Amino acid sequence: MIQLIPVIVFAPLAGFLINAFFGSRLGKLSGWIATFAVFISFVISAGVFVEMLQKPSDDRAIHYVLANWLDVGKVHVGISFLIDQLSIIFMLIITGVGALIHLYSIGYMKSDRGFGRFFTYMNLFIVMMLQLVMADNFLWTFVGWEGVGLCSYLLIGFWYEEKKNTDAAKKAFIVNRIGDFGFLVAMGAMLAAYGSLNYLDLLGSGSNVIDGTKHLGVVAGMHGGDWTIGFITLMLFLGCTGKSAQIPLYVWLPDAMAGPTPVSALIHAATMVTSGIFLVARSNMFFALAPVTMGVVAAVGATTAVFAAIIGIFQNDIKKVLAYSTISQLGYMFLALGVGAFTAGVFHVMTHAFFKACLFLGSGAVIEAMHHEQDMQKMGGLKKYLPFTFWTFMIATLAISGIPPFAGFFSKDEILWNAFSRGSVLLWLMGAIAAMMTAFYMFRAVFLTFFGKERFDAEHHKPHEAGWHMTLPLIVLAALSIVGGFLNIPHVLGGNATLEHWLAPVLEQGEQTAQVSFSEASAGLEIGLMVASVAIAICGILLAMRLYKKKTTLVRDEAVLGTPYRIAVHNFYVDEAYDKLIVQPLYTFSDRFLYKIVDVKIIDGFVNGLAQITDGTSKIIRRIQTGVVQNYAVMIVVGLLAVVSYLMIF
Amino acid sequence: MGLLSVLIFFPLVGALAALLMRGATAAKMVALATALVTFCISLVVYMKFDSNLAGFDMKEQVQWVVLPGLHLSYFVGIDGMSMMLVLLTTFLMVITLIGTWNSVTKNVPAFMALLLLLETGMLGVFLSLDLFLFYVFWEVVLIPMYFIIGLWGGKRRIYSAVKFFIFTMSGSLLMLVAIIWLGVEAGRQLGEFTTDITKLYQVSRSLPIDVQHYLFLAFALSFAIKVPLFPLHTWLPDAHVEAPTAGSVILAGVLLKMGTYGLIRFNLGLFPQASFDYSGLMTTLAVIGIIYGALVAMVQTDIKKLIAYSSVTHMGFIVLGIFSMTREGLQGAVIQMVNHGLSTGMLFMMFGMMYDRRHTREISDYGGLARVVPLFTVFFGIAVFSSVGLPGLNGFIGEYLTMMGAYQSSVLNSWSYAIFSATGVILAAVYLLWMYQRFVFGRAKGTSAAAVDGHDHSSHASTHSPSDHALNDLSWREIVAVVPLVIFMVWIGIRPMHFLATSQSAMYKLSDDLLQQKSGIVFPEQQSQPSKPMQQLPGGLRR
Repeated sequence: MIQLIPVIVFAPLAGFLINAFFGSRLGKLSGWIATFAVFISFVISAGVFVEMLQKPSDDRAIHYVLANWLDVGKVHVGISFLIDQLSIIFMLIITGVGALIHLYSIGYMKSDRGFGRFFTYMNLFIVMMLQLVMADNFLWTFVGWEGVGLCSYLLIGFWYEEKKNTDAAKKAFIVNRIGDFGFLVAMGAMLAAYGSLNYLDLLGSGSNVIDGTKHLGVVAGMHGGDWTIGFITLMLFLGCTGKSAQIPLYVWLPDAMAGPTPVSALIHAATMVTSGIFLVARSNMFFALAPVTMGVVAAVGATTAVFAAIIGIFQNDIKKVLAYSTISQLGYMFLALGVGAFTAGVFHVMTHAFFKACLFLGSGAVIEAMHHEQDMQKMGGLKKYLPFTFWTFMIATLAISGIPPFAGFFSKDEILWNAFSRGSVLLWLMGAIAAMMTAFYMFRAVFLTFFGKERFDAEHHKPHEAGWHMTLPLIVLAALSIVGGFLNIPHVLGGNATLEHWLAPVLEQGEQTAQVSFSEASAGLEIGLMVASVAIAICGILLAMRLYKKKTTLVRDEAVLGTPYRIAVHNFYVDEAYDKLIVQPLYTFSDRFLYKIVDVKIIDGFVNGLAQITDGTSKIIRRIQTGVVQNYAVMIVVGLLAVVSYLMIF
Repeated sequence: MGLLSVLIFFPLVGALAALLMRGATAAKMVALATALVTFCISLVVYMKFDSNLAGFDMKEQVQWVVLPGLHLSYFVGIDGMSMMLVLLTTFLMVITLIGTWNSVTKNVPAFMALLLLLETGMLGVFLSLDLFLFYVFWEVVLIPMYFIIGLWGGKRRIYSAVKFFIFTMSGSLLMLVAIIWLGVEAGRQLGEFTTDITKLYQVSRSLPIDVQHYLFLAFALSFAIKVPLFPLHTWLPDAHVEAPTAGSVILAGVLLKMGTYGLIRFNLGLFPQASFDYSGLMTTLAVIGIIYGALVAMVQTDIKKLIAYSSVTHMGFIVLGIFSMTREGLQGAVIQMVNHGLSTGMLFMMFGMMYDRRHTREISDYGGLARVVPLFTVFFGIAVFSSVGLPGLNGFIGEYLTMMGAYQSSVLNSWSYAIFSATGVILAAVYLLWMYQRFVFGRAKGTSAAAVDGHDHSSHASTHSPSDHALNDLSWREIVAVVPLVIFMVWIGIRPMHFLATSQSAMYKLSDDLLQQKSGIVFPEQQSQPSKPMQQLPGGLRR
């Protein structure tokens, strides 16, 4: 299987090229080619995974050198892959969930004129996302990082005739570029300070990677609190806030819902937006040595989790609810990373990929059935029309709400427990509040969409389930949302934390190094908090039930809440503030000052002024050239006199 | 006559032949054939060229002006850097001729002759090893471009052509003074007036330091105008806007590189000490140019102006890399020259194709091209993303290496240049993607909308051009012109070492010499000290 590792990348690359050149002539076949390509990647990834399972835990990492890429001065970067316990999990998610969503898209996009183009972009996305997680160095990860940004841009603006969509695409790319600026700066600092960009050189490895030995990176023997490390990690985290939609750069993700729904499921929920978590987990030794950055990560994560959840409560567009929910859940993951619980963060990436992809695909099925209506106020009572969609959506909602034994319960509870034991009571409280709001807005969405009376013209329009392409992925993802959490049942519940042991060679050292106040807490307290968090979630569900179930007329949120409602429903006016404080002033400054004054008036004014002075002067001097011989004679005499008198005086 | 001389003067022969042609098509055929043969000659040169050689290869030296005490030689030779630029020149000339085949309609033989004369001048600039000869070719380049803009340009062509001429000329006069000074100094030291740079490398370094500074500035001013470096850039947008498409492509693609080439070959080569002393000034101007050019590009409503200002940004990265004087920075500068030639050349050329169809440069007159001309949209998009610096395409390699060079540079000794220049990465996405959105996305605009707009371009457009709805997509000829550019963009992006290897020995040697000299003269104590990379901290964070 190890020899087949390049195929993991080349299969979707081939799919991309075939669809790019012949997509328009292939018709429906292009969707199948794309799906099959991703499926091949999944099968080989699974094969590699199985092979890794059979080896001892510190002998599982594979370093596969494909080609040399850039080799100038101190920059030695290859196209080579580091496949270890961390990257294989991401690879399985990307190709597994990716294949399901490709299959779903065949149904969802069937009547779109851009069918071939859609799958071209989707396959390119898979290629780039795989580069991001498989690379053995920061720079090639960055190639994937920007590559997925490109695909995100192309897919958000897929229906390019609407200005709203291309605006959203452009915004996504530019906001991500602000983050990428941080990534670039961090890479420069690493190279200048430590002379390498390779993960193994910098971070070392807990596995026998090269020549059968463990590799010590430059981090070995370093102490926390180093300024360079602090700077590097803060800049890397800036990159993460862009790609993973955290405060202050989260603003692109809600708008990104302009893309087709499968795109939202794959890119803006399951895979691309978790790149930031991957990056932090990958460079966990760097972050563990930077306590200030860790504090920032935890604080940003917790704040984003609460903030986005508040906005999510007030959204009426079903996809917007899920978008803010994604931002909030990503905040959770960063909360975990920030307190040094890297495993918990990665665990939540996995379970979130299952239930959020399921939710998005479910919402896609609803939107399709409702003829592209996304406003939940115009839905209701869909349970009887869309039974499959309802049940899968319900399972995923229970999972995200943290109800045992669904997947989200285990991962969310681990994050909350770590926030408490490794962080502080405040972080736990923020996480718990966010959990309650999550349960509330998700069940609000369920009740508004599937329960109550139909708030659309049910006489003439009978919604129905789409074909098996769309139902099968829903069922698989719902099943995973049920069982996914069993991978890491904590010891206190009698499990053996399988995932934690699996990831230990990559993450354990960082988790131990992270300088956090670890309070030795009893099993009783852990169980107690667990019960509390479930109780909180149930409170949220009951509240949503009370407010939204069986309502024939909608609750007038605005009437009840007034101004706070208006502020929240408008995303706290963050977009408007960015526009007024940054975008507009920068544009006006560039236009009115830099261009129209500095360029046109000052520099060109100077140049043209010089020309005019020359012109003017010569017009004056020209008058001397009268052409009258007598005048010249006078001048000669005057000149002579002047020269002679000069010589006599000096 | 050696191979390099054949390469330089073959286009001149073609120019004369084109001038003798009666018909437009015949002249174009002659020009294309000449450009193709020249490209093939340059490929032969490439195959014979020994890239392991750090010095000059295939040298040809003939006494040219022999007077008592005055020896001017015709002296040409090639190293890795000039090899890359020669290939860029001959390649772009072929592409330009194909891509703009029907753009010029009046007085075609003269136009073709001027383009080929331009090619001779550019190749001469990149291959001269004698400063006096270099100066002659430098001026030879000026004249055809002046006529191309002034005779075949747009409405304000006279203003732009004169501005272009005066700007460049005023810089090069100072350079001439500096060249003569160096020659005289060589006469004093070596006993004969010579401007052979292989000899001058020794002469210039023994001059008093203040003289070195003056001479450095004389050369630097001339080259900085050509690059153009902020604040000497204002001739560029005017020249580009008014120039015919072929002129824009060659101007952006090759002519600007003469400036950065000169900075490396002569400023760094002849005056290392002055280069160290002025590196802060030069990089500061470069970084200002990177940010300033991007901000001003953002607010342009004329596509050609926007692309012109984007050149200021991209060329700023090259100057940043040059004055970092590191291996990464110099190699990045060379590859960035090629990249800028490919991506900006392609942007100008493809916009020219659209201009031939619609006859307007205002972004607001366009929209919805994606549906009407999908192939055009895809190729234009690739050029845009190459220019944005997307990894996987060529532009990233150059920007990344120059930035990494600036980080590591012991000459600049601060991370701040690199960090500020990295904001250009954000701004590039802003102005280019916004332009791309307005240009190709949205709904197709018709002539009616353009006529209502009422500016002079549009009213012109309403009579001459079809609406966006009825545009033809790229023709086979146009596809033939753009596909090779795209191939190289991807090739450089994914296998950059195939290209970087050519200039590696030359640039590594230059960088190593410079840094050795720096550590030898300025900080002699540093040589004995083992370097501790851990303590290299950014300027603001120094312990």
